[in-house]
Amino acid sequence: MARMTGAQMVLDGLQREGVDTIFGYPGGVVLPLYDTLPQFPGIRHILVRHEQSAAHMADGYARASGRMGTCLGTSGPGATNLVTGICTSWMDSTPVFALTGNVARSLLGRDGFQEADITGITHSITKHNYLVMRPEEIPLTVREAAHICRTGRPGPVLVDIPKDVFQETAEYDWPEQINLRGYKPTVDGHAGMIRRAAELIDQAERPIIIAGHGVIWSDAQAALVELAEKAGIPVITTFLGIGGFPESHPLSYGWLGMHGMFYANMAADKADLVIGVGMRFDDRAMGRFKDFNPGVKIVHIDIDPAEIGKNFPVAVPIVGSAENVLPRLAEQVKETKHPQWVRWIDQQREEHPSLYIRESRRMLPQYVVRTLYEETNGDANIVTGVGQHQMWAGQHYFYKRPRQLITSGGLGTMGFELPAAIGAQVACPETETWAICGDGGFQMTLQEMAVLVDEGLPVKIAIFNNGYLGMVRQWQHLFYDKNLVAVAMTQPDFVKLADAYGIRGLRVETKAEVASAIREARTYKGPMLIDFQIDQEENVWPMVPAGAALSETIEAPAEELAR
Amino acid sequence: MNTAVNGVVKDRAGHHTVVAIVEDKPGVLMRVSSLFRRRGFNIESLTVGHSEAEGLSRMTIVVDGTSAPIDQVEKQLYKLIDVVKVTDLSQEDMVARELAMIKVRCNNVNRHELLDIANVFRADVVDIATNSIILQVVGDEDKIDGLVKMCEPYGIRELSRTGRIAMVRGTKTTTVHDPEPERIRQFHASQGRRVEGELPFSSD
Repeated sequence: MARMTGAQMVLDGLQREGVDTIFGYPGGVVLPLYDTLPQFPGIRHILVRHEQSAAHMADGYARASGRMGTCLGTSGPGATNLVTGICTSWMDSTPVFALTGNVARSLLGRDGFQEADITGITHSITKHNYLVMRPEEIPLTVREAAHICRTGRPGPVLVDIPKDVFQETAEYDWPEQINLRGYKPTVDGHAGMIRRAAELIDQAERPIIIAGHGVIWSDAQAALVELAEKAGIPVITTFLGIGGFPESHPLSYGWLGMHGMFYANMAADKADLVIGVGMRFDDRAMGRFKDFNPGVKIVHIDIDPAEIGKNFPVAVPIVGSAENVLPRLAEQVKETKHPQWVRWIDQQREEHPSLYIRESRRMLPQYVVRTLYEETNGDANIVTGVGQHQMWAGQHYFYKRPRQLITSGGLGTMGFELPAAIGAQVACPETETWAICGDGGFQMTLQEMAVLVDEGLPVKIAIFNNGYLGMVRQWQHLFYDKNLVAVAMTQPDFVKLADAYGIRGLRVETKAEVASAIREARTYKGPMLIDFQIDQEENVWPMVPAGAALSETIEAPAEELAR
Repeated sequence: MNTAVNGVVKDRAGHHTVVAIVEDKPGVLMRVSSLFRRRGFNIESLTVGHSEAEGLSRMTIVVDGTSAPIDQVEKQLYKLIDVVKVTDLSQEDMVARELAMIKVRCNNVNRHELLDIANVFRADVVDIATNSIILQVVGDEDKIDGLVKMCEPYGIRELSRTGRIAMVRGTKTTTVHDPEPERIRQFHASQGRRVEGELPFSSD
């Protein structure tokens, strides 16, 4: 025990919890913390350009590394700017530790300068949050918050500390043990339920596994492969589950959902048994709930009991982590194959090749993604924004390992791509990292290019520039009678913009230049931006229209394919 | 609302009485009420107060189960870190009570009528003035509704109801704290007797 200031306790506590990087932005009330930062050389502080990006960077760092990401903002606007990033992490269940300062205790509740009730604001988008009113409470709070953040179903936590609590000194007592009587995640999985699931799998004629984000977060890829191979079950993933099962595997049939592969949607819709692992049967994945595969039996494995039975009735619920449940399930199922069923899905894939890229002289976005895949040997980390480019990046790059695709699936946050790619690159400095951006979303967080220069991070930025908010244009085109309103954008010269930030930029206007531009970016040591001026009218297919069932998946219309 | 049948209280169709044992910390009431709002669960009543264990509060929430499946309500409550234990008492035989204070308009002429009504409902008079009276009544919601209805013709100036609190009948509890058996045993020993349920001294 030693006497320490609150600020020292926070940083020491974070360090003990394994934090090596903080993405932050200073301001009045967190100055005591910044003043203390040089005493902790083990913690790297990355100065962002907007707090929203700090939260996305922490999120990208967490998703790429599997460790907790940490972000920091000052009171008031600093804290509220974090909110979008915290909510992004909340919707996708990623471990982000958000630290905010607040006004001094004597001023709390008096609407002073830069006061915001950030714990109140973030109640519904954090797993838990704390307002720390005494320095003595800091060690236990940091310990508890980090524990809650990382364990069970991961999720963001927020710790709000008034300025004078940072400054006050107290005895520092790091708690070795914590006991949260209201928080005891079930990770093991009920043996009886696992047995019943194994029986259902043995009886099934057309089983399918739908693997979600939870498979990635519990490092259960190997166990999933083992189960799928032993019981001969085809595997599809959710959008966030991409990488949870190697897409090169013979039993892999891509991912399902609104823009999932036709055959993946059909397989989910025609299966007699769905084994959902670490996923939450979301509407974007399952289509219209009431018409999803009538008569299917569902085995649902998830660490969050509240997800089980939330959207669909479940035949066998298993509360537990994928890494614990899957090996035990794999042990108990009979070794078998389902040749007829697999052949049926194969046939669907032959007749409906969702990932076929047609010959065209235009620079099709699908072609750009596929070329990127080929040029990078499928090894790069891909970080996307939200919209058409996100779907193409999910479809036409083939992912082999967990954590390779980093994307905002749940909240759908435009502008996520660049900051999250920065976080991912910080977490994995040796891994080639590409931020695939929309021309709209990029402009929401483009100021973070400055961080690339500051920190010397070699992130490659690929802007899919079609001069439109593409996904919105697609919806207006398909569902609003081509009445295009507020979707065409006059874009700045992205190459000059990159230049202004001191980043190398390149514009690609023809299909012929795509591969060489990617090669150039790969051999260039520093960060680089490529403005791909892709075809403007291309739509994302296949598509399950909003409110339709998976069985109503629409494929690219003939007139579009003829373009 | 409920109906008493042979002394056993049952929830009105679709309603559930949920008891949540929660950490006695700032913001916990907001966390719970905010959860109900966000998920669209309708609250009929919510009552909170200290429990028998230090540091734990007890919330009694009457939920309109038609607004959400009750197991979702329970599971979502459990996701709050400050919520330690959740029990749906509707599955149990329970005693459920509510307290109400009713300030009724009255005068010298009709005061006796009101006192007669209060008597029937076993309500107490807790305040009396020249032109008003405060009745305090304890019971299930039907009983209180009944008294309120009887008072209405006189003019109700003010009505305050606590919302339901409830407990399971018998020895079963919905608590989580350690009952400290050693301390309890010592207490009974100091009184020269054994803890309830144990064998009498004569059999030693």
